[in-house]
Amino acid sequence: MSPLPAAIEADGLHVSRSRTKILRGLDFTVDSGRITGLLGPSGSGKTTLMRAIVGVQRITRGTLTVLGRPAGSAPLRHDVGYVTQGASVYPDLSVEANVRYFGAMHGATTADTAGAIAAVGLSTLARQKAADLSGGQFSRVSLACALVSHPKLLVLDEPTVGLDPVLRAELWERFAAMAAAGTTLLVSSHVMEEASHCSSLLLLRDGLLLAQLTPTELAERGHSSDLERAFLSLIKAADRGQESQVAS
Amino acid sequence: MNLRMTLATTARVLGQLRHDHRSVGLILVVPAFLLAAVYFLFENETLPPGFPRTFDRVGLMMLAIFPFVVMFLVTSITMLRERTSGTLERLLTTPIHKADLLFGYALAFSIMAALQSLVATAVAYWVFDLDIKGSPGFVVMIAVINAVLGVALGLLCSAFARTEFQAVQFMPVVVVPQILLCGLFVAREDMNEVLEAISGVLPLTFSVDALKEIAGNAETTASMWQDTIVMGVIVVGVLVLASLTLRRQTR
Repeated sequence: MSPLPAAIEADGLHVSRSRTKILRGLDFTVDSGRITGLLGPSGSGKTTLMRAIVGVQRITRGTLTVLGRPAGSAPLRHDVGYVTQGASVYPDLSVEANVRYFGAMHGATTADTAGAIAAVGLSTLARQKAADLSGGQFSRVSLACALVSHPKLLVLDEPTVGLDPVLRAELWERFAAMAAAGTTLLVSSHVMEEASHCSSLLLLRDGLLLAQLTPTELAERGHSSDLERAFLSLIKAADRGQESQVAS
Repeated sequence: MNLRMTLATTARVLGQLRHDHRSVGLILVVPAFLLAAVYFLFENETLPPGFPRTFDRVGLMMLAIFPFVVMFLVTSITMLRERTSGTLERLLTTPIHKADLLFGYALAFSIMAALQSLVATAVAYWVFDLDIKGSPGFVVMIAVINAVLGVALGLLCSAFARTEFQAVQFMPVVVVPQILLCGLFVAREDMNEVLEAISGVLPLTFSVDALKEIAGNAETTASMWQDTIVMGVIVVGVLVLASLTLRRQTR
């Protein structure tokens, strides 16, 4: 479908943490230059999968290839941006100082710093201490710290949590523009309505991949234009499938 | 190692401190007040002629102990915050090398320690006439090495604490024994064999010895340089251990 090589390829990916199996054999590919949504109930393994992709979580079994290299290999550290679920920035530093510091790891210029701050709409607050910002502004500082390095792959863990609808819409527009410019985005969410912004969806449940499909396919297979309902009916169908397997 | 990333880390850590006026004030001023307290505590002691004042002995050792204790506390809390807030994990997804992070921290807090010991040494030297035969510059040098020791141990201990409360509890474990056995309360040669042996391997003991050499001799002595080198080796060793606690990947 896509002329570009896949940005992420997982093959039989297993991840266990302290003997708990969190990811239990995932096979999927993520297209380059697209927005891929990672959806699933909380506890389904979304964050663990993202951490494995950015290379901070060890893989137990299987392979995970990111931008053509094994996940976590050193050259990827320049090309992969990661925005954690809780905003991981320094609250006692200004917005600008935060972005400048993370930018310094990638040799970013002053213009890069200003650009990243402008991209999240915080230019007027650049000199404010991060701790003095509102919750939504604070999480955008975290996003700016990832944008400053112009990553080829941007992994975002629940970036829209706690944002008002206007900001959410703005952020999705920003993501779409980045994808159009060639950046690959992997965005997790547990809000199904956000799935419509993605060109492909990975539906995760209990560490297993329920399906990889487009939002349109999800609506069709779940027999509902309401993606949340469609997802629920897919889960129910999967549960019935498991039960019938057990019964037979 | 990458100098740009190291210096960026130093600037960032100092930037965090700069916004915290109260901590900076406490770091810089408290040692001078405590020195004053010690001075007045022994103000009325009667000494046989030619016998050194207690302040000359205790005040001198305090100049070595302050930067060690303060930097241990500041570093273990700052590093613990870095570990728990997710900024450390995030940093380790960037090209930064672990050594850049550790040396960045060590450099930032050495600068603070140098300022602290400049104030404390100046007060001891000029206000309370602390009897130092050698150059006060060397006193500041030893204080800075001690501060880096505090930083290194703080970085290491923060790995074994999950909360700030736990981090503070490492002080009685790591810091207090060194203060008890460095020769401040009882001269090392008067200790029983076991305590003297333990004292002989604790880093703070070497810096107290080095300070005594500086205070007692107008010229630098071989023994002082030897103590300094041992301190340096211990600091590097602890920093290497601390770097082992920074893992890019969780299991």
